[in-house]
Amino acid sequence: MRLLTTDFFFSIIRIATPILFATLAAVIGEKGGISNIGLEGIMMMSALFGSLSAFWSKSWVIGLLVAMGVGLAEALLMGVFAFKLKTNIILVGTAVNMIGSGGTIFLVKIITNNTMGSALTSTTSLITKNLQIPSIQIPLIRDIPVIGKILSGHSLLTYLAFLLVWLTAVLLYKTPLGLNIRSIGENPNAAASVGVSVSKVRFITIGIGGILAGMGGAYMSMYYAMGWSLDMVAGRGFIALAAQSMGGGEPLGSMLAALVFGFAQALGIKVSATGVDSNLVAPIPYVVTIISLVIFALNQRRKERRRYKAAV
Amino acid sequence: MSEEYAIQMKNITKIYPNGTIANQDVSLNVKKGEIHALMGENGAGKTTLMKMLFGLEQPTSGEILVNGERVHLSSPSAAIAKRIGMVHQHFMLVPSLTVAENMVLGMVPKKSGVFIDSKKSVELTEEYAKKYNLQVDANAKVMDIPVGMKQKVEILKALVRGARILILDEPTAVLTAQETEELFAQLKNLKEQGYSIIFISHKLKEIMEITDRMTILRGGRSMGIYETSEVTPQEISRLMVGRDVILKVEKEKAQPGSEVLKVRDLSYINEWGKKMLDHVSLSVRKGEILGIAGVEGNGQKELVDMLFGFSRPNSGIIEVNGESLIGLGQRQIRMKHVSLVPEDRMLYGIASSATIEENLISDRSGSPEFNKGFLFNMNAIHKKTEQLIRDFTVLCKNRSQQVGSLSGGNIQKVVVAREFSNDPVLIIADQPTRGIDVGATEFIRKKLVELSRSGIAVLLISADLNEVMELSDSLIIMCGGKIAAYFEDTEELTDELMGRYMLGIEQQDPEEIRRVCHE
Repeated sequence: MRLLTTDFFFSIIRIATPILFATLAAVIGEKGGISNIGLEGIMMMSALFGSLSAFWSKSWVIGLLVAMGVGLAEALLMGVFAFKLKTNIILVGTAVNMIGSGGTIFLVKIITNNTMGSALTSTTSLITKNLQIPSIQIPLIRDIPVIGKILSGHSLLTYLAFLLVWLTAVLLYKTPLGLNIRSIGENPNAAASVGVSVSKVRFITIGIGGILAGMGGAYMSMYYAMGWSLDMVAGRGFIALAAQSMGGGEPLGSMLAALVFGFAQALGIKVSATGVDSNLVAPIPYVVTIISLVIFALNQRRKERRRYKAAV
Repeated sequence: MSEEYAIQMKNITKIYPNGTIANQDVSLNVKKGEIHALMGENGAGKTTLMKMLFGLEQPTSGEILVNGERVHLSSPSAAIAKRIGMVHQHFMLVPSLTVAENMVLGMVPKKSGVFIDSKKSVELTEEYAKKYNLQVDANAKVMDIPVGMKQKVEILKALVRGARILILDEPTAVLTAQETEELFAQLKNLKEQGYSIIFISHKLKEIMEITDRMTILRGGRSMGIYETSEVTPQEISRLMVGRDVILKVEKEKAQPGSEVLKVRDLSYINEWGKKMLDHVSLSVRKGEILGIAGVEGNGQKELVDMLFGFSRPNSGIIEVNGESLIGLGQRQIRMKHVSLVPEDRMLYGIASSATIEENLISDRSGSPEFNKGFLFNMNAIHKKTEQLIRDFTVLCKNRSQQVGSLSGGNIQKVVVAREFSNDPVLIIADQPTRGIDVGATEFIRKKLVELSRSGIAVLLISADLNEVMELSDSLIIMCGGKIAAYFEDTEELTDELMGRYMLGIEQQDPEEIRRVCHE
């Protein structure tokens, strides 16, 4: 089995994309002091409505916009519960995740039964090739040997995701909104005492996260898999939280962490394609995750030790 | 029209939804260009009154006038718009942001319409720093600057928002003598420029030194407005607590016995690699109070953490009566009869939603005295609790009252009642009277002296210079994680001299410091 093929590296990027969207949502959320564990549920709901809207409107653009809108709406609703009604944000997130699993299958059956006369359990039959979010060949880069095959030909959203890493960093560190987000995350009283509306900034923060998760959902149902199916997000919303933490909460570091998780999943797929018993393959992503977390922790400790030595 | 008063609060009453009356018919007026003291014990209603003036709370009845104009202050923003600024007791700063970023938070200068104009933020900060002679380092992160500078940043923050009326809530609580002096000079400077300052403090000396007039609150009511020059400290404390308080604690000379606490070459490097303790050695003997003075953040907190097992030193020895404490948990340390009055009583001292009784026995709940088989011996517990409440004069409805609903002074009395009553050989008292009323302060100080004279070793850490000087038999000063000075006798010490050691301007030589080990 040859592992290091261009296809393999291509698939890492492809697999990491939805994780990256959710990771950026987690990064912005944590900077603002909001632990949004409902990203998984938001992605599920966005994936469903994105695919349905694309089917109805015959346009992937509408589908994508609806997915982002649904993500925003759901995040703001979480905000109402968490910030206005003072519900614990973890409980709200858990509820959103449960709705994302049980609620979506319920909704898809009711909606398709009313509109098409038969209750579907997935939307995979509705998303045809022409509704897929387009892939883009990048001129010049595509002609570079090896690199071109890895970097060119991804979905529009993949390029957007990597662009958003940079935009997130700019938002957080170069704009007044970012300053407000960071300050309410660290000391909301300080921000409030100078007239920053903590509640407003929190809604904006969670809302941006919702839109990002919505894009991740759209990618799942309108590019990665063709159509929505039950529990298709499969823990990516949670992996994003791990990536955020592993990346030290910073956009660039978290992006690298998201790629590590993408690598782990790609490896699992690659190995199973060679016909190895699926029971042996299934743990690969988790093993890689654990190993990378151990490396990360050891590295942190070494850094601390170095600092300790420098101090002594 | 020139209006004499910058602020008039007329007949303010504040009743909280749960029925607590915080202020009753209180009137306060502050002239333009004066420094006005707001005094009173904890729970007297000072903070509530100021919260209403800064828009954080709304009065139940009464009216507020700013420059003669009736205003409705619905939020801090509304108060800022009326040119009122507040410097909170706990700094309202974001540690990981720079001084300049903290300055402009909420009013960020932009470039190209979207981005932060960092250069302008820095310029603005430096311009104001220069204009008001409050020197700060605009580019430093707030977490890296000393407390005194943080305070200046807070004052500048209010000024840059156009404040003409400044509320300072216990501004000197964390400052050294020199920093306080500097602050006072700056406040006087502001006053001369026509600014009005409301100065909240417990420290009589400072009030006498800097304020023009004062309003005294007691039990949510105003005890009147006085010209500072016309009242004596004795009169003020009588007005505050309703009786004469003896501020000086009488104590006999210590007769130190054998060494109880032995600390040698203790070093600690924190998680960010900063050296917080650097070869600290000290001894506390039976029957003496050793005081530790110093600006906060110079290793006192870390020292207490080591002594009570909250963190582990990188090297060094800690022994109580010859037995090492390193690596022991809090329960094991308590079993060696070490007591701790923690600095943060709400976090480490009590469980605020539990009852007084539960808090009082929390360190001895397993003792045979209070247990019968698998169950508590409630009769014994009630009896002990009632006795402690009486002995320590905890003001409460009954022993089942939630501790969190008591006033600060009474909460501390509950902590002290527990810590002092379990037959200690060593008491570590970390800021034992911070932020509590004069009555409780006096009680706790007397109790500490009494216990030490009965043969208990006491280590007293306090940011209140009067307190350490008053209570300690001998005293060390910490600066930058080291002991900067040791004074065998506290009689001759002055604030001035201590301030120099606290700020690291002077340092004794190692031999002089080593005397604290009594070897």
